Amino acid sequence: MAISLDDVDYVAKLAKLSLAVDEKEDYARKLNSILQYMEQLQDIDTKDILPTTHVLPLENVFREDELREGLSLEKALSNAPDTQDGYFKVPKII
Amino acid sequence: MSLTDLTIRQLSQALDEGATTSLEATEAYLQRIEDIDPIISSYITVTWGNAVEAALASDQRRAKGQKLGVLDGIPMALKDIFCTEGVLTTCASKMLHNYIPPYNATSWKRLQEAGVVLLGKCNMDEFAMGSSTENSAYQVTRNPFDIEYVPGGSSGGSAAALAADLATFTMGTDTGGSVRQPAAYCGVVGLKPTYGRISRFGIIPYASSLDQVGIFSKDTWDCAAVLEKVAGKDEYDSTSATTPVGKYTEACSRGVKGLKIGLPREFMAEGIEKRIITQLHAAAEKLAAQGAEIIDVSLPHTKYALPTYYVLATAEASSNLARYDGVRYGLRVEKDNLNDTFLATRSAGFGNEVKRRIMLGTYVLSSGYYDAYYNKTLQVRTLIKRDYDEIFASGIDCLLTPAAPSTAFKIGEKTDDPLSMYMSDVCTVPINLAGLPGLVVPYGLLDGMPLGLQLIGPAFSEETLFTAGTALEGERLIPPDIIEQAKAKGVTK
Repeated sequence: MAISLDDVDYVAKLAKLSLAVDEKEDYARKLNSILQYMEQLQDIDTKDILPTTHVLPLENVFREDELREGLSLEKALSNAPDTQDGYFKVPKII
Repeated sequence: MSLTDLTIRQLSQALDEGATTSLEATEAYLQRIEDIDPIISSYITVTWGNAVEAALASDQRRAKGQKLGVLDGIPMALKDIFCTEGVLTTCASKMLHNYIPPYNATSWKRLQEAGVVLLGKCNMDEFAMGSSTENSAYQVTRNPFDIEYVPGGSSGGSAAALAADLATFTMGTDTGGSVRQPAAYCGVVGLKPTYGRISRFGIIPYASSLDQVGIFSKDTWDCAAVLEKVAGKDEYDSTSATTPVGKYTEACSRGVKGLKIGLPREFMAEGIEKRIITQLHAAAEKLAAQGAEIIDVSLPHTKYALPTYYVLATAEASSNLARYDGVRYGLRVEKDNLNDTFLATRSAGFGNEVKRRIMLGTYVLSSGYYDAYYNKTLQVRTLIKRDYDEIFASGIDCLLTPAAPSTAFKIGEKTDDPLSMYMSDVCTVPINLAGLPGLVVPYGLLDGMPLGLQLIGPAFSEETLFTAGTALEGERLIPPDIIEQAKAKGVTK
């Protein structure tokens, strides 16, 4: 499953990254060598093996639904590049 | 002996006896940071004022007989991935060049409550992605044992700072070896506890099913003392375990008599340096001489751990790092519309290795490849974990392996070959996949560079690891004079 330059474009779009032309070639080359290395996983028989998403035998963790103090509005907005009237402010969407 | 040479236990005793004060120790460290760290580059931020204030407060507590415990007044440092309220936290990324967290990581909060003095925040690979600390957006950290060599990574700043006596202990994080591999390269003790043992609330995430907070220390006892303070359930981290915190410092002196220690043959396979395998056998003999039983064992799926790790870690990273969008915190490169702002912000804010991993992770999770890569790999993870479950169920108490396939490599040696860089984590990644604890203990020098060996146990067996680690460790390894090295090699501050 070799990655083409078109694949690099498509994945970059999904990942919200814009890459320069020479960067794309470098990514394609390095990603291909890593993916080739990952190919060896296809050799293993995993029929009927359950996937491990989490190593601890944890079930859902619940707590009482009590009101508590969270971050203040001021603190929550303290790192924002732009704010207005207590909201995060972004450039126009379309 | 100077104050900056001391272990936690020694400094704490000196403070108790009134032989010194926390302020005096803190000032000695700050002076040494000023003198040496322009060469080592282990700190991104030094918290001069806060450190002096915390030291004075500690001295006042002692004077009033209100000492908080063995860590009270001990100067230490954190990897720059721990959220510290009011103190810049960059994760060594341009993306967070201006991020001042409005809250504290739980592990840091517990250390604060134990009375420690924060000296500063240590350099690392950007977003903890790397094995040499060369991926930092800010600086390249040097290995104190030879300043032309890397300290390992991703917690390389924490390891180098400790080895160079720029802190009494330091904290890091370990997703695939990021505490244990730099501990080995810098000749210090490094612990990655069991997944869930230490809260990860307030740790900037990389791969959440693998990430764990870890400890660097000058000896095994110190490491045990820090774990006793930071371990335990945290209601802000639903993955933190309710398993009771062990008696770790007490476990250090139990002795290894009767302990069954396995030597997995897959950790002596091709790719591991012969001279390291020779030392591994010598270490096994040292433990056997103290009454441990050494048993050859096999973990057949070990060779699949590295590719498994890079599928899962990058997949999780691509999702975790989606939060960097220039809206709520960190860098924003403003464009005419929101989508272009996202693109410009993320492309300018992330370094090459971070982008590469986001790309790889996005690819393996994308429609059409999800089953072939991601799901398949989750199944392989089960097989890797099962190898360890079976070994420990058969009565083996812990395993002894190398911590890395070689000693530290030269700065620049592997930067253009990601795969060869990834290989330096081959001994450590399986342990994160299986969620187990791993303790790295220095075991002498090879051609002047430190060698580290790794002890691995079943989940929540940290006590056993401290027992075996104490039996294994020798005299602390001391690096050659840093200023002399810089003069000899023509490195300017």
